[in-house]
Amino acid sequence: MTLMPPLSTTDTPLLQVDGLTKRYGSRIGCLDVSFDLFPGEVLGIVGESGSGKSTLLSCLAGHLTPDLGRVAYDGRDTLTMAETERRRLSRTDWAYVHQNPRDGLRMGVSAGGNVGERLMAVGARHYGGIRDKASDWLGRVEIAADRIDDRPTAFSGGMQQRLQIARNLVTGPRLVFMDEPTGGLDVSVQARLLDLLRGLVRDLGLSVIIVTHDLAVVRLLAHRLMVMKGGRVVEQGLTDQVLDDPQHAYTQLLVSSVLQV
Amino acid sequence: MIRIHDLSKSFTLHNQGAAVIPVMSGASLTVNPGECVGLIGQSGAGKSTLMRMVYGNYLAAGGKLIVGTLDVATAAPRQIIALRRDTLGYVSQFLRVVPRVPTLDVVAEPLLALGTPAEQARRHAATLLARLNIPERLWSLSPTTFSGGEQQRVNIARGFAHPYPALLLDEPTASLDAANREVVLSMIQEAKARGAAILGIFHDESARARVCDRLVDVTGFTPRAAA
Repeated sequence: MTLMPPLSTTDTPLLQVDGLTKRYGSRIGCLDVSFDLFPGEVLGIVGESGSGKSTLLSCLAGHLTPDLGRVAYDGRDTLTMAETERRRLSRTDWAYVHQNPRDGLRMGVSAGGNVGERLMAVGARHYGGIRDKASDWLGRVEIAADRIDDRPTAFSGGMQQRLQIARNLVTGPRLVFMDEPTGGLDVSVQARLLDLLRGLVRDLGLSVIIVTHDLAVVRLLAHRLMVMKGGRVVEQGLTDQVLDDPQHAYTQLLVSSVLQV
Repeated sequence: MIRIHDLSKSFTLHNQGAAVIPVMSGASLTVNPGECVGLIGQSGAGKSTLMRMVYGNYLAAGGKLIVGTLDVATAAPRQIIALRRDTLGYVSQFLRVVPRVPTLDVVAEPLLALGTPAEQARRHAATLLARLNIPERLWSLSPTTFSGGEQQRVNIARGFAHPYPALLLDEPTASLDAANREVVLSMIQEAKARGAAILGIFHDESARARVCDRLVDVTGFTPRAAA
């Protein structure tokens, strides 16, 4: 029915989330969220602004400390592990793609430098090797080789986003967090980015958690879907099933509110 | 291969006073390997709904829905994704693709998902597209710009790329000219010959007569109107 990246059949979850709760004073960020994510699986999280999806993503990625609950990555509890170890994970095994590429890039450093810097952070030292790998990755995200020395400030929004993806994936992460990666881009640029992401997910076997409010994006990218409202997960399931046969009142409202083109 | 027993379905419209609309009850049928079963019944009788339930696109309210060894009615999303990748193909009436992906890759994708090397997958996709008379100059373009009949043929090529043991076909010959209709009907016959279990909707009566071994009228699965 839809094109889907393939899914590996490993039976051990890469990420296990159990009862995750974050409050801001008396206000709920996210409440009692539980799910498993398997290798090669793309999980979409949708919901309107303030539904808690970004809070959840930040808690998972270690940018926020949840009040309650457990997060296990590859069997290790990421909430109780030492800060140094979590930092190491976030450099080697994890990647985080921000909605605004400016938050994920160093704007004063060349495109090649943005990618190479990540390699150096995980121990690469050979200049030629770093430059080769950086230019290979720029090619994979369809940035022309002659732009390697240009700064991201000279790039279009779509190019900046692709550069951010290259910078994040160059170190070979297994789990990628994405916060509205196609937000703010023209539809034509969005399509190109979606195609790129799908290919990378398939070829690299990435696990991805993607937060978005764009139902068309999750339909094409996510295997599974979680719908959030008021900090709670109100419905989850197979993406096309949740979108085509939504069970919860809020999901029905969300799906029926999409403008048809 | 496909066994449906006492399957029921209702829709709850939360935003319209939580109205519960029962659309199916007591649906039972079996499709054996090498057999094609045609669903008949008036428009709105629930043919597509039943197909979507078999594919896991609509949730079942009750009953059993076995495809191969998996009960789709109770399976986890991961199991349904694996089923769709390995076992169960679906040719719907609509083509839904990422814009800008070339037709050849759209057709090759089910094979790539199964780990077929890219070259081999594309070669097989090319064979199917050629057989379905999609001109080679279109293969590098996205099918989103194609005519309805061309899109339908791309959809069919994609649905037949992997020899699925079970296939769902929703109006596969609609909007096709006589020559292409012939090609599709032979592809269905070949799939049966290799042992595929096929559940289909065919409005075209002569096509139905050519490929279907049995017909099931879904009107019998319509719930009695509640008082």
